[in-house]
Amino acid sequence: MTENNKRLMQGNEACVEGAIAAGMRFFAGYPITPSTEIAEISAAKLPRIGGKFIQMEDEIASISAIIGASLTGVKAMTATSGPGFSLKQEGIGYAIMAEVPCVIVNVQRGGPSTGLPTSPAQGDIMQARWGTHGEHSIIALYPSTVKEIFDTTIRAFNLSEKYRTPVILLMDEVIAHMREAVDLPDISEIKIYNRKKPSVGPEEYKPYKVLKGNIVPEMANIGEGYRYHVTGLIHDESGAPTNDNRIAEELVLRLVNKIENNLDDIVYYEKYELDDAEEAIVAFGATARSAKSAIDTLRAKGRRIGMFRPITIWPSPKKQLTELAKKVKRIMVVEMNMGQYLLEVERIAGKYTEVLGYGRVNGELVTPKEIVRFVEEG
Amino acid sequence: MGNNLIEKYYRTERLPHIWCPGCGNGIVLRAIVKAIDNLGLNKDDICVVSGIGCSSRATGYLDFNTVHTTHGRALAFATGIKLANPNLHVIVITGDGDCAAIGGNHLIHAARRNIDITTVVFNNNIYGMTGGQYSPTTPTGDKGTTAPYGNIDPNFDLCELAKSAGATYVSRSTVYGANMITKQVEEGIKNKGFSFIEALTICPTYYGRKNKKGDAPEMINQLKEMTINVDAYYKLPQEKREGRIVIGELYRVQREEYIEKYNRLINSF
Repeated sequence: MTENNKRLMQGNEACVEGAIAAGMRFFAGYPITPSTEIAEISAAKLPRIGGKFIQMEDEIASISAIIGASLTGVKAMTATSGPGFSLKQEGIGYAIMAEVPCVIVNVQRGGPSTGLPTSPAQGDIMQARWGTHGEHSIIALYPSTVKEIFDTTIRAFNLSEKYRTPVILLMDEVIAHMREAVDLPDISEIKIYNRKKPSVGPEEYKPYKVLKGNIVPEMANIGEGYRYHVTGLIHDESGAPTNDNRIAEELVLRLVNKIENNLDDIVYYEKYELDDAEEAIVAFGATARSAKSAIDTLRAKGRRIGMFRPITIWPSPKKQLTELAKKVKRIMVVEMNMGQYLLEVERIAGKYTEVLGYGRVNGELVTPKEIVRFVEEG
Repeated sequence: MGNNLIEKYYRTERLPHIWCPGCGNGIVLRAIVKAIDNLGLNKDDICVVSGIGCSSRATGYLDFNTVHTTHGRALAFATGIKLANPNLHVIVITGDGDCAAIGGNHLIHAARRNIDITTVVFNNNIYGMTGGQYSPTTPTGDKGTTAPYGNIDPNFDLCELAKSAGATYVSRSTVYGANMITKQVEEGIKNKGFSFIEALTICPTYYGRKNKKGDAPEMINQLKEMTINVDAYYKLPQEKREGRIVIGELYRVQREEYIEKYNRLINSF
């Protein structure tokens, strides 16, 4: 790492830099606050490296276009915010069902509806998990610093390619718009995962068959001689639509299990001051930054408190939360909503320890001071 | 000849298709495949994209790169496919509900961009897959299950819409004259830009039955009687034009294609 790689960078810019480092060469989007800079910066950068940017007519068209682009073998991303994220759900479901890698960024803002367009909120936790209809699993990542946005965007692409599934990058407005010094790694140091291409010829190729030793089916690019069918309907290994109940169950379970059975690979997290902790805060994104500061204050006062910060919020870090719950007297979930992730932490940790929640929905950050007060009085 | 096309271009293991007896979709589909055959295109270079509805199930039966997408979004998916891999011939198969209602905005903007995609609308004037609800092209006064007293909506002229939005090739044909569909799809694929072909087809099961149009041959004959070739149409005096549906090549213009423009931008750096 040299001094030259250090740059003052906005969160949204770090997202585009990470995406390009991961291999993104296609972006389709629609303007929406507070994610617009991601589209603007993509529009400026992509044509310069032979990539494509297109501003589509709406949010659904944007996610549809990136799925189409990805089917041709090009890594693709779209970015949006709350109201647009609602519209993305149709495409997210399709990408899950048809197993098309792509990354969807949601820079959250206050809701419901048009809500508070320029204020931070963490209200889309459950929408990220269950926004699209039908039984499914999902990968959603949640960075907490500008540098981590860069790294996490790369991870989002890698996981998307590896598991052939859409990956959601949840961001906070304040980090998306904040500028921090970022040490960009040398491009050669970045680990990039590319989807596995077919190991068999077109005659033998079954687009939705998982070969021995693989997690997901090998993926042929449209236009390379493997002519196959892609559909959002329940389909068999050849891609053909079917109403067969046995095939339907096998497919839905395979799509869920390819994620749920690989948690050790997918779950990222940070532990802060947890070694001797008797109580713990669970927080993510911008709220985790306030929590860290609160923990430093509380530790200075002699309180043995730490933080578990999920970076992968979906699938939830069950193992880590269970271990934590068995160790501490209580867990406090702090978030900018009225207790969405609290529900998940209660579900996992509730039988081992006391779980409390602290939330707010007025468009202001949770401050370190109020976390300190909550811990001391709550 | 017909059988040759089926063996060469259809996924025969997926047949029989799901369409009802008397449905016109098979005629349109064969006409498209014949156009591809006439042009001698490589199957690997063709990507057929469809939305949701009866006609959109066509992609499942074709031995090309095929993508059966979400309702109304075929053109948005196709835009991503074409822009990411411009070497592909991208053909969109869609229906009147898919293309003109839920997908209407995508049609307008794909046409506006003049992106090199050939769109074939199978217009059967009804939502068939869901059992016969009125669509944006159901003629005013006709019935559907959701228009039990007759449709009060004005019906859309899709070709006028495509032309106004910026399509550079626009034509209309019917399943009465399948050769015309083939010719138009050929022209559409050859046109470097957004091509729009409205193929009028028939749905005896829902639209026909609800509106007492008779059986499939009768409905196909009605298409013949309702339509008039564009050249003959403009020779008619104004008062005799009323109520006639114009078929043939309706519009053609030269305008720079979208990806060519984008590539100029890329090459400028």
